[in-house]
Amino acid sequence: MTDRFPPGTRVRTFPHDPPHHTRLPRYARGKSGVVVEPEGRAEVADVSAQGRGDAPVEQVYAVRFAARDLWGEGDHHVVLDLWESYLEACEEERDDER
Amino acid sequence: MSGDHEDASISRRVRRLETLLEEKGVVTGGAVDEVLDAFLAGASPANGARVVARAWTDEAYRERLLTDGTAAVRELGFMDGSFQRLRVVENTDATHNVIVCTLCSCYPLALLGPSPGWYKSEAYRSRVVREPRSVLAEFGLRLPTSTDITVWDSSAETRYMVLPRRPEGTESLTEDELAALVTRNALIGTAAV
Repeated sequence: MTDRFPPGTRVRTFPHDPPHHTRLPRYARGKSGVVVEPEGRAEVADVSAQGRGDAPVEQVYAVRFAARDLWGEGDHHVVLDLWESYLEACEEERDDER
Repeated sequence: MSGDHEDASISRRVRRLETLLEEKGVVTGGAVDEVLDAFLAGASPANGARVVARAWTDEAYRERLLTDGTAAVRELGFMDGSFQRLRVVENTDATHNVIVCTLCSCYPLALLGPSPGWYKSEAYRSRVVREPRSVLAEFGLRLPTSTDITVWDSSAETRYMVLPRRPEGTESLTEDELAALVTRNALIGTAAV
């Protein structure tokens, strides 16, 4: 199966605040970053944490964010592991800074 | 809603579940403790240190470790049967890596041993993603501004371990002597070796 977001793809996380468990931390919602690598497929924790047996299995990606995109300041980077459905391709131009 | 862990309430629920499982004869008394004890007896930062010392002394192993951490640590007998993926991130002159789990306390227990209290503290989890340079300085690790810091927030099924830089002047040391230099904090990235 082809991964939807190959390494180097600029993606944006969804801004939603779901009423259930999620592994998309609040500080990284609605933020743009760059895919580092696919990590393998796993059950979406948002669904399995609700005790449901029908959690979809999706690719998880390591996504790299610049601190200034997360916090408006800082010179470091943060890499987060995010399920595919947390992400959408970003229309902005690709990041040259990596 | 990302991670409200009320420790006391979770503990009560776990204890209640254990009691019920024992009452219903699903597990025998103490069975859960035995499994946990056996697991924890093998879980130690000495394991991660052995992996690091091997990578420092065997270039081909280092490459395998950085390419596929899970397979490389299994070569040394660690994380066998674990469903989790291990990604090892290498510190260099240019980049320093540090790991955290901002949602709870995910951590490669088999290689690093039980996690320190501060790793689970809200202060570390919330601050290290925002101001890692200051947090590392508080640990006594002052990095030059030219060193980029990457914080790995383990929020899914991958666990992270840092491959620290090999200190200078250690050319004559054996693999065992090198392993003895590697601390748990160095494997998390809050210390250098």
